Amino acid sequence: MLFSTEEILETIRMIAVEHLDIRTVTLGINLQGCASDDVDVVSQRIYDKIVTTSERLVQEADSVESKYGLPIVNKRVAVTPIAKLLDAVVAGMSEEDAICAGVKIAKSMDSAAKFVDIDFIGGYSALVHKGFTRGSTALINSIPKALTETDTVCSSVNVASTKSGINMDAVIEMGKVIKIASKKPINCAKLVTFANAPPDNPFMAGAFHGSGEPEAVINVGISGPGVIRAVVEQVENVDLGTLAENIKRTSFKIARVGELVGREMAARLGVKFGIIDLSLAPAPIKGDSVANILEAMGLERCGTHGSTAALALLTDAVKKGGAMASSYVGGLSGAFIPVSEDAGMAEAVEKGAINLEKLEAMTSVCSVGLDMVVVPKDTTAETISAIIADECAIGVVNNKTTGVRIIPTGKEGDYVEFGGLLGRSPVLSVGKFCSANFVRRGGRIPAPIQSLTG
Amino acid sequence: MEKERAIITVNGVDHPGIIATITNVLADMDINIEDLSQTVLQDLFTMIMIVDLKGADIIELQDKLSKTGAKQGVRITVQHENIFKYMHRV
Repeated sequence: MLFSTEEILETIRMIAVEHLDIRTVTLGINLQGCASDDVDVVSQRIYDKIVTTSERLVQEADSVESKYGLPIVNKRVAVTPIAKLLDAVVAGMSEEDAICAGVKIAKSMDSAAKFVDIDFIGGYSALVHKGFTRGSTALINSIPKALTETDTVCSSVNVASTKSGINMDAVIEMGKVIKIASKKPINCAKLVTFANAPPDNPFMAGAFHGSGEPEAVINVGISGPGVIRAVVEQVENVDLGTLAENIKRTSFKIARVGELVGREMAARLGVKFGIIDLSLAPAPIKGDSVANILEAMGLERCGTHGSTAALALLTDAVKKGGAMASSYVGGLSGAFIPVSEDAGMAEAVEKGAINLEKLEAMTSVCSVGLDMVVVPKDTTAETISAIIADECAIGVVNNKTTGVRIIPTGKEGDYVEFGGLLGRSPVLSVGKFCSANFVRRGGRIPAPIQSLTG
Repeated sequence: MEKERAIITVNGVDHPGIIATITNVLADMDINIEDLSQTVLQDLFTMIMIVDLKGADIIELQDKLSKTGAKQGVRITVQHENIFKYMHRV
């Protein structure tokens, strides 16, 4: 036979039993050609550009899904950071008018997303790692209102980079923005604060169409924690080197599927194929959990001692296998450890196996940082800023992407429900001591030295 | 034009006529069977077919076979060969 029975059944089992799917096919769209100093003109142009470029996205993805018998869970759009378009619009405007202009553009993104039938559109974003432009200030100030008045729009702000350090003024602003936005908690699930944000990330809420990207591009986010967990369970009595080898082989297969779908989607839409994001993206259903993989490796609960090492092994093996499978790897490419979106993580929090401090340690060896972390509603803006600053420091010093998606709502011990892929989570506790005087100093933490010699 | 194949997998409780009804659908659509393997383990029927689509629409084939599967009480999956090629061949 062209393929052995085992090979055919393995693929079918991965999809049917182990929840292998393509987590997202994200179409990146350049909006720079939509610029104007008139907000009505910009909004209309943005709407038209998004609709004309992505009108066949869902239909083609559905057809590819049928052809291969492989679920494509999300179809999404990422656009040029809107702050770039706001620069011309808000010149000479009052702060209030500038916020309204931002919200107007967000609503036009929202309408376009709903018209083409996608669940999220990313790119209500600003890159301020070195400083603010008029447009980026307006955008950041408008985030709470823009998220409240739209359903599909996702926002991200890059506040730090390895080359420029950490813009603490922006970190302060984001602490305040998150607090205001949290009046409607779901807003915070659609808002990421980044260090070293990638320009080609297909995953929400942090997707945007960055500098250097083509006019339109398809980026693919794979999934597969369930498949990796099954492999880890099958080889329970092997040493960690052999375990890594087995994860690599499976990761190769998962990434190949992403490559196939990415190329076919790009060809069908007549746009460039960008990258495969090798991240293992969990879903809040039983078995599709990164925490459960670490537990299958031999930890009683994710979060206990050894979790950082286990996660480092996992992330590295996934990347090595994936790198062989695709010529174009990008985005975040690591293992996601979101709390609410991963049933195993949420359970680990509930059992007291993991806390914010251990989560932070684990983010130093994977992506995407502190993700979907619920903290008490009375957490101050300064504490949130300090949490962001710590996470940025990990990203900046280690030359990797880190993000913070934090939701201040409820009180310690509460369980918060977000619904769908966003899942549910207990509220984690934060440190009891104050960081405000450090954070309020503002300014920019200088970029770390890369090498003292050579 | 490069040959396009699909992999058809069928599983369910064994009874007479499963292969006959499926191959009838294929013959009607002028789809050629290139390889076929079939086993019955503890009354559970499993069949894997590799077929040459010869220009037939895979989505149409899926629709027709899913109706056949429903009538026969078996689960039929039709997938383009590329997913197996990409996953299992370097």
